[in-house]
Amino acid sequence: MAKLVMSEEEVMLADMARGFLDGAMPVSKLRAMRDAGETFDAATWEEMADMGWAGVLVPEEAGGSDMGFAAANVIAHEMGKTLAVSPFISSAVIAATALRQVSDARALGALAKIASGELTYALAVDEGIKFDPDNAQMEAKADGNAFRLNGKKQFVVDGANANRLLVLAHTSDGLTLFDIPSDRAGVNREVSNMIDARDAARITFEDVEATGEDVLGAVDSAMSVLRPAINAGQAALAAEMTGLSAGAFDMTVGYLKERKQFGVEIGRFQALQHRAAHLWCEIEVTTSAILNAGRKLDENESDAETAVSLAKARATQTAILAVQEGVQMHGGIGMTDAYDMGFYMKRARVSAEWLGDYSYHAEKIAAERGF
Amino acid sequence: MAASPLEDFRAELRDWLEQNCPSEMRDGLMTEEGICWGGKDWVFTSDAQRVWLKRCAAKGYTVPTWPVEYGGAGLSRDQEKIFHEEMVRIDARSPLQSFGIWMLGPALLHFGTHEQKLQYLPPVARGEVRWCQGYSEPGAGSDLANVQTHGADMGDHWLVNGQKIWTSYADKADWIFALVRTDRDAPKHKGISFLLLDMHGGGVETRPIKMISGVSPFCETFFTDAKVPKEQIVGEVNRGWDVAKYLLTHEREMISGGGAGLSGGGRALGAVIKDTMEEIDVCLRADAMRCEVDSLAIGLTLERYKDQAEAGQGAGDASAMLKYMGTELNKQRHELMMSAGGSDALEWDGPVGNRAGDWLRTKANSIEGGTSEVMLSIVSRRVLGLPG
Repeated sequence: MAKLVMSEEEVMLADMARGFLDGAMPVSKLRAMRDAGETFDAATWEEMADMGWAGVLVPEEAGGSDMGFAAANVIAHEMGKTLAVSPFISSAVIAATALRQVSDARALGALAKIASGELTYALAVDEGIKFDPDNAQMEAKADGNAFRLNGKKQFVVDGANANRLLVLAHTSDGLTLFDIPSDRAGVNREVSNMIDARDAARITFEDVEATGEDVLGAVDSAMSVLRPAINAGQAALAAEMTGLSAGAFDMTVGYLKERKQFGVEIGRFQALQHRAAHLWCEIEVTTSAILNAGRKLDENESDAETAVSLAKARATQTAILAVQEGVQMHGGIGMTDAYDMGFYMKRARVSAEWLGDYSYHAEKIAAERGF
Repeated sequence: MAASPLEDFRAELRDWLEQNCPSEMRDGLMTEEGICWGGKDWVFTSDAQRVWLKRCAAKGYTVPTWPVEYGGAGLSRDQEKIFHEEMVRIDARSPLQSFGIWMLGPALLHFGTHEQKLQYLPPVARGEVRWCQGYSEPGAGSDLANVQTHGADMGDHWLVNGQKIWTSYADKADWIFALVRTDRDAPKHKGISFLLLDMHGGGVETRPIKMISGVSPFCETFFTDAKVPKEQIVGEVNRGWDVAKYLLTHEREMISGGGAGLSGGGRALGAVIKDTMEEIDVCLRADAMRCEVDSLAIGLTLERYKDQAEAGQGAGDASAMLKYMGTELNKQRHELMMSAGGSDALEWDGPVGNRAGDWLRTKANSIEGGTSEVMLSIVSRRVLGLPG
């Protein structure tokens, strides 16, 4: 039975990731990138690829490190702590998991390029303000041997920088997932000016041609490929959010120990002690859900939906609490742009929305529990 | 492919349960009327209850993880998980519950001598002796170490005088384990001993306290010149606080286990909401969903801490977190169950049974075994390292 304890390898991976990210991707890096108007750091992504992160879910035969979903969560968790900027979840987790469901030479080739860092992907699913892949409306009309894609996607995370897009569209008898280059004729990308200073885009598709070659999996059955990919992405995002919660929490407890008011450290006040302790309890409980989701995905990535929804629901709730408490306990300084807490707050809000918000996932759990 | 030993164990267990668990014991009933507490004066509510206890005790299944020589089945953590899963699968009632199992057992297994374990544990496992816990006193609630009940050293025995309060089911218990001050001059935590008292041995009186739920699960317990032979001590003289602290960890995990719904409470909410979907408001359903999400996550946290303990990483002060989160959730859950019951839930023993009584009982969850506020203070000082 898989244990809900981090293995030695996982602890080592976390330590290594923390060491790297503290140096290469601290919050100050996100701040610098925001100030420079950048949302992708190619050099750091290449280093991450060299460490096997980009290929964390890519089979060894395609040059990946194939460490599994729990390991991907460990990396994402560490990235969350410092708000590291990278296309890790979009490319290394979501796209790699989708491509793995298809075992042809083309998919294997794409996986190899993901692992090497040469290709980055973005998932284009959302059409309205909420995540709702099962009801995608965008059309891909059959046109001879090809398809013509017409429609709009929004909140395509990492979509402005990605080389390729996974696009979900309606075909004659269901949903189909297309894997196309982002510079194909008729694809128009408009950069979204996101509150978290990260990459997202609104994309319009005007008569974009896609052939059978561009279909990932089978026509009219996108979900057999996309469902596991979404599950894996949601779990990694939940892990990232829990890392974010831990990062905001550590800053806050550090502040409670040094900030003085009324002549003493404010951490002596029971009102603040109990707020901090409650937050720690929430993070502990959420951490269990994250570990469980990783284990369940590693057991069977197509049968982990409830575990993943639980992780994302809890992670969302906890991250929102962590950043609110973070600002509250810091007081006025927490509201200033010069202080990092605001970055945590804005990233938490964006992550809360991406790949399904709290209600979306709570509904899934309720349905599974029979009410 | 050959089946793994764990799969073999599951198959055998399933077979055994199929043949030995009486059908009347397969209703998953976890409310007061379904519980078998055991003890000298226990009156079985049915022949099935008697048979179920007897069969389980013979296999060591009343205390599955205790060593075989002390009445258990010696199950590993993985086997215990399977045992629990298989019991839930057929909705089997727990054959026996008691403070002997939950608290005395862990204390003796950790601090007791081999002779003490042999003497006290098997009767607990067989449900023959019922224990209660004598911790709190009128002046020692959250400040538990402020114990005043005194044990005077009389050479071969202690002479115990004093009063305990909130002793659960003391009026029905045969023995009591109690914190007794054996050195009045030592600092408050250093003069307490953990003593075992025979409640039928003279000098012990109990008086039930009627609670807001209408019943009297708690008592006041009075000691008047109660004699306790010197060998009836767990751990060393004046080191009883170590035992008490260790046991509080267990108690907290136990109470939070109820909160996580592992004892059936969690499933109960889902079932109630499902049955009343037509009548209840969307907001109530949303609140129930939130409660389910938290129940599942807290349940996983209990699992995680058990896995950690097995890997040699004790929960320690983090058990305060489980206790706090589990009990607060349980209170919420019972509020939701009351709401879902509407006016039916407002009658004592009405159409939805004793739901109101159960609801009122949960209000003590965040007080007993250390209040939520004490738990948060433990976390903030000992886990977060905040000053104070």
